[in-house]
Amino acid sequence: MTALLSVQNLSVSFTTYGRTAQVLHNVSLDVPEGAQIALVGESGSGKSVTMKTIMGILPIPPARIEGGAVLFDGRDLLTMPERDRQRLRGTAMSMVFQDPMSSLNPVFTIKDQLGTILKYADRRLGRDRNTRARLARVHEVLAQVRMRDPERVAAAFPVQLSGGMRQRVLIAMALLSEPRLLIADEPGTALDVTTQAQILKLLKDLVRENRLALLMITHNLGVVRETSAYTYVMNKGRIVEHGHTAALFDAPRDAYTRSLIAAVPRLTGREA
Amino acid sequence: MMPVLELRNLTKTFPIKGAFGRRGGTVRAVNDVSLAIANGQIYGLAGESGSGKSTIARMIMGLTVPTSGDILIDGVSILGKQASLAHRQKVQMVFQNPGASLNPRRTVGQSVMVPLSAHSYSGNRAARIGDLLEMVQLPAHFADRYPHELSGGQKQRVAIARALAVEPSLLVLDEPTSALDVSVQAKVIDLLEGLVADLGLTYLFISHDLSLMRNFAQTVGILYLGQIVETGPVASVFADPQHDYTRLLIASVPVISEAEAALRPHIPLINGEIPTAEDLLALRQNSPNPGPNTKEALS
Amino acid sequence: MNHPDAPQQQALSNAWQNWWRFSRNPTAVIGAIIVITSVALAVFAPLIVPFPDHIGAFVDFRNRSQPPSAAHWFGTDNVGRDIFSRVIYALRVSLILPVVVLGIAIPVGVTLGLLAGYFGGWTEIVIMRITDIALAIPPLVMALAVAAVLTPSLTNSMLAIALLWWTWHTRLIYGITRQLRSQEFVEAAETLGASKSHILFREILPNCVSAIAVKTSLDAGFVILIGAALSFLGLGIQPPTPDLGTMVASGASFLPDFWWQSVLPGCAILFVALGFNLLGDGLRDLFDVEDVR
Repeated sequence: MTALLSVQNLSVSFTTYGRTAQVLHNVSLDVPEGAQIALVGESGSGKSVTMKTIMGILPIPPARIEGGAVLFDGRDLLTMPERDRQRLRGTAMSMVFQDPMSSLNPVFTIKDQLGTILKYADRRLGRDRNTRARLARVHEVLAQVRMRDPERVAAAFPVQLSGGMRQRVLIAMALLSEPRLLIADEPGTALDVTTQAQILKLLKDLVRENRLALLMITHNLGVVRETSAYTYVMNKGRIVEHGHTAALFDAPRDAYTRSLIAAVPRLTGREA
Repeated sequence: MMPVLELRNLTKTFPIKGAFGRRGGTVRAVNDVSLAIANGQIYGLAGESGSGKSTIARMIMGLTVPTSGDILIDGVSILGKQASLAHRQKVQMVFQNPGASLNPRRTVGQSVMVPLSAHSYSGNRAARIGDLLEMVQLPAHFADRYPHELSGGQKQRVAIARALAVEPSLLVLDEPTSALDVSVQAKVIDLLEGLVADLGLTYLFISHDLSLMRNFAQTVGILYLGQIVETGPVASVFADPQHDYTRLLIASVPVISEAEAALRPHIPLINGEIPTAEDLLALRQNSPNPGPNTKEALS
Repeated sequence: MNHPDAPQQQALSNAWQNWWRFSRNPTAVIGAIIVITSVALAVFAPLIVPFPDHIGAFVDFRNRSQPPSAAHWFGTDNVGRDIFSRVIYALRVSLILPVVVLGIAIPVGVTLGLLAGYFGGWTEIVIMRITDIALAIPPLVMALAVAAVLTPSLTNSMLAIALLWWTWHTRLIYGITRQLRSQEFVEAAETLGASKSHILFREILPNCVSAIAVKTSLDAGFVILIGAALSFLGLGIQPPTPDLGTMVASGASFLPDFWWQSVLPGCAILFVALGFNLLGDGLRDLFDVEDVR
């Protein structure tokens, strides 16, 4: 069975101040339909560059794709014409952004922002929906992310919502066009730990209810264990190890993975 | 023995600006907080945003003036007059964001020199800077570097070196490793632990990272909405948390092993959702004897 | 991030990066070339002008009002003096003006801005309100007033402009200081026990340097233009000392027949002011990128 998303031997370089550096070396990973996959790495590991390449938001100069392919449903996103790519982005494949503070425009209401996104997604997909139907859909996704009063939230400005609620709005934004793949970029990193726990549980429930595939990009190993069945570990632009999450954590084979796991402080205190 | 730091009924209220600059009420950021830290101890203050932990740190450092209550360093109150230079020598702080706490236009050496000049250090200052850098395991020639040339972990080491320059007795560590990668964090924490013994330091460690707290602090105080709701030796508080908020906090930590998952308390779900702290505490108030009556539980 | 352990390598790497950015910014490079050329011409004027004795009181009525030629690149004026030589010499006056004016205005303005921005309260109110009032007075009008009270001369013109110029710097530095005041490194310095003057001049001021550099360069252009305007009105340096503004004024009565007497000194003013403006813009582009990083 072919994977929904398949990154194959992706290599990317960056050129700054006249000097070129390789940031991704032959990165390969698969996200099967309905699976929950994690891509974990520290800062500078290349996980953000990988994510941006998949979403097509990598700034092409100074970056350059040296080789490889990113297949979605069997079609290579890197060689696809931009118009087809646009149709996929935000619809079949959508992203939950990291920082709820800066990802929402402060001068527009939630329903304005979600409504606009929905309008353009519909246009790309050739769907016809009037304003009232769009608003209904906005309320629908807000209810899906467990907002207690979707109408009130829709009419609010971002500044009137708490951090946790804003993150739910970002998740709702990703669900608007019924995607098949959700890419979550460090969700909840900017939030308190209790709020983060709520958001992670929400993501897990949504993924299960809607049979979505989830690619979770994070530096937090605890989040990986909570949300993903299969993990890819990245270091210095390479995938150094991958495997089923529980097995990987219990018996890591690669030295970097081992040192990473050893560095995480345990809730149980120090073992002897 | 005199505690190095003592907070007595410390309170800080902020006015809320209403319309047209009229006072719209007050918010109590810190509400009647008392604690004492003995010499050589590592005291951990755990809390989320809005708990008042940063306000407490700022009051101890003299950046904010308390509304009421007292702060004593080595038995001497630091309030009443402007924070004196002696106070500034005894208590130092390591800030959360290493990139922001070092002046981007000054070299490492110049930044570490600041406390030495301010306190009129009489010895050889260049040698002292070299010693301090060595103490935090950085090569001496880093003194000529600018902050943007250093990694996050290196910058934080410089901040620690600077804080230690005039030999304080108490270090306030405000989320010192939150902005760092986990592998770098481990090394910085190791460094800090080593310094306690080597230099006879006492730490007030402020963090929202409970796993880190469990491993680094000896005594912990759980801060919620400006009040300490639970306190005690870290092992017992984590093994058997009494207050609902502490239980929720520990239960929310994403962990990486089964053993840790088993340690987390069970939290009843409300409407299929993990409750917020307010909801959980309201639940307790409304039904003083909540039994295991909910279908699912968190963890 | 680059981690070469040798400090020389690191320092070179920084210098390389700065040079690379600067050399790829056409505005900055062109501006720098113009400014450097002008300064060099002014400094070495006595050595390079073709007709050094035409600078002072000199007449040669046979050669008067000659158009530009191989002998006289800018032609001659109505008493026969070589305009090119006089223009080069006049550059000295034009370039001295920003040096003196800004030399007074910047220290005063920056200090007041730092004090107002950091201390707030009455200090801020008093300084900023005086600044507001001074900003409302146009420099040219002020110069006219000063000239009316005192005699018209170069010194008095510089005085008039300097009296008002510091206000722009105060406002700029005030804004930056207010922003930086709540930054962590300033708070860190406070907790470390640093004195107030240390915080103002050693912590905050270094972070203002890029803004001051940009503004100084742009200001230099403006001051040159205002100086030229004042001398055009007869309030600046008095003849027979060559001055660009005066040359434009005296040549104006001969337009359009002997156009070179007015237009070419005017082009020199344009050239120099443009150079400073381009350099300032280029520096601003450079520093913007640096801040984003």
